[in-house]
Amino acid sequence: MIKLELQSVRLGYGDNVVVRDLTFRVMPGEMVGLIGPNGSGKSTIIKALSRVISPSSGQIFLDGKDISQISRGDLARLIGVVPQMPLLPSAFTAFEIVLMGRNPHLRFFQYEGPRDMAITWQAMEMTATHSLAERRVDELSGGEIQRIVIARVLAQEPKSILLDEPTANLDIRHQVEILDLIKNLCLENNLTVLAALHDLNLAAQYCDRLILINNGQVHAQGTPGEVINSRNIKEVYEAEGCVYAHPVNGLPAVLLKAGNSKQAKPRDEIEGGVV
Amino acid sequence: MPSYRVEPLPVEQVVPVRFPHWRRRVYAILGLLVATVVVMAFATTVGSVQIPFLTTCRVLLSQLPLVDIAPTWPSTTETIILEIRLPRVVLAGLVGAALAIAGATYQGLFRNPLADPYLIGVAQGAALGAAIGFLLPFDWYGMGFGIIPLLAFTGALSSVAIVYSLARVGKTLPMTTLILAGVALGAFWGSIISYLIITSGEKIHGIIFWLMGSFALSQWSEVTFVLPYVVVGAAIILLYARSLNIMQLDEEQAQQLGINVEKLKLILLAAATLITAAAVSFVGIIGFVGIIIPHAVRLVWGPDYRFLLPLSVLSGAVFLILADLIARTALAPTEVPIGVITAICGAPFFLYLLRRKKRAVFF
Repeated sequence: MIKLELQSVRLGYGDNVVVRDLTFRVMPGEMVGLIGPNGSGKSTIIKALSRVISPSSGQIFLDGKDISQISRGDLARLIGVVPQMPLLPSAFTAFEIVLMGRNPHLRFFQYEGPRDMAITWQAMEMTATHSLAERRVDELSGGEIQRIVIARVLAQEPKSILLDEPTANLDIRHQVEILDLIKNLCLENNLTVLAALHDLNLAAQYCDRLILINNGQVHAQGTPGEVINSRNIKEVYEAEGCVYAHPVNGLPAVLLKAGNSKQAKPRDEIEGGVV
Repeated sequence: MPSYRVEPLPVEQVVPVRFPHWRRRVYAILGLLVATVVVMAFATTVGSVQIPFLTTCRVLLSQLPLVDIAPTWPSTTETIILEIRLPRVVLAGLVGAALAIAGATYQGLFRNPLADPYLIGVAQGAALGAAIGFLLPFDWYGMGFGIIPLLAFTGALSSVAIVYSLARVGKTLPMTTLILAGVALGAFWGSIISYLIITSGEKIHGIIFWLMGSFALSQWSEVTFVLPYVVVGAAIILLYARSLNIMQLDEEQAQQLGINVEKLKLILLAAATLITAAAVSFVGIIGFVGIIIPHAVRLVWGPDYRFLLPLSVLSGAVFLILADLIARTALAPTEVPIGVITAICGAPFFLYLLRRKKRAVFF
């Protein structure tokens, strides 16, 4: 529901420039995956879009409005962020954590009312975390915490959701569950979603469009079929990837081949040619 | 507008979760409010001169507007109650409340359970100011009290100002740098204080007693100086209670939830520092209250700052009034330093709470 736009943005921490000259846009209602190797600047871009860091040059626009002109409170009503491995205070209950998502909608000395409670509860139902409501954070597993934080973002009622590695440290069932949930939210509520993803296969399965980042610049962007091919993977990741069509939906899928390590002998050599 | 917006309904219909703590916490605030008043009246009754509890209550009530009680007590009784005991009790309550809320605020801001009101150089700055005050060849009573509290107050604030400017990096204030700068500068002041103490000759007694903290000889003029700082500071901190809750996530998440983190840190540090400096200046450095009271409240009533802060204020007041009562009556006519009492009585109680819960309270 909101358009995100980066125009020749330069980002970094002190003298260490991470992103040099980045330009891309995410259209309203789109689910876009941000892929690229470690250190390519994916998390930094998420931080810049939520104004945790400011670009040293270039501009970021939300629906055409410069992000530096938007107050923190207004920004939190537009953009919700699911951080990578969020740290939560252990003595709070899951419900209290999700309720914190209502903060940008509350006035200075206002307490959460019935409506805030209801929205919070509904966000927990959507993420299937309502049964955990009264549990303390230190009693929750990694996957449950990840879902709690997504519920918090839903309670925030943003127009756009940014996710930084939402499936890191989750098993395959939870990876699929989380991304299904986000994809459905994107479709049903017309949310603009930008997700930094490590897993190329998941990125190809769920995203409308992928942006491949390398050395802080856009290396390629387009549909998963256009971006994920063995040439791009070799250029960006410097790894051998075997790209084939997914047997069910034909979307690109990546299989890795072992590199030059000593154990990486072909199977037939090890087992005397019997396969 | 997202389609998951919902219409207002009664909470019980929409949210089938019980909130066991919320109502309990409100009752706790009311209960502690009553306890504070009762403890104050009781502490005013007890002392070297025996005054019956009812007489004390009648003297106190007669001071309220619209209450008409004919005095049936000697005027010395009234003087003892109103000019000697009551200012002392009120100051003890005020300082207890101040240290407790300042401690809770520092713990929340630094996300560190070991933080206390003296973490960033308030205590050592105040002590240095007080030590200099003791060594000055003159005194000044322009505000109804000596020059020592004024120098202690100035020392505390200057010390934190120096720590703050040392720790600032560009537009941000990293909390770890602030703690380290505070500890380092505190150690530096500490060495100067030690030097002043050993070279102070016969004034050594005054300085050491000040450092141990005492409510002896409290006056109304001191209460009127401390009161505005504590009331205004505590009100500001209470207004930001919800923001303090969100700060418990981490600074990045707090920003993404709409908190202006740098502004919040500045406001809360300033408020908590003013409160602590005002409290410390008159009664010296009273340890233990600022770190233990907020934790005890957390153990019993949970980590939500909207309840933690007011509950800490009231618990701190009750605790320090009782501690001072013991300090002045246990070995009467000798006064026990209040710091001794706070630790002797507070530590076992706190350890009992800690053992009863047996789980992480803070992080």
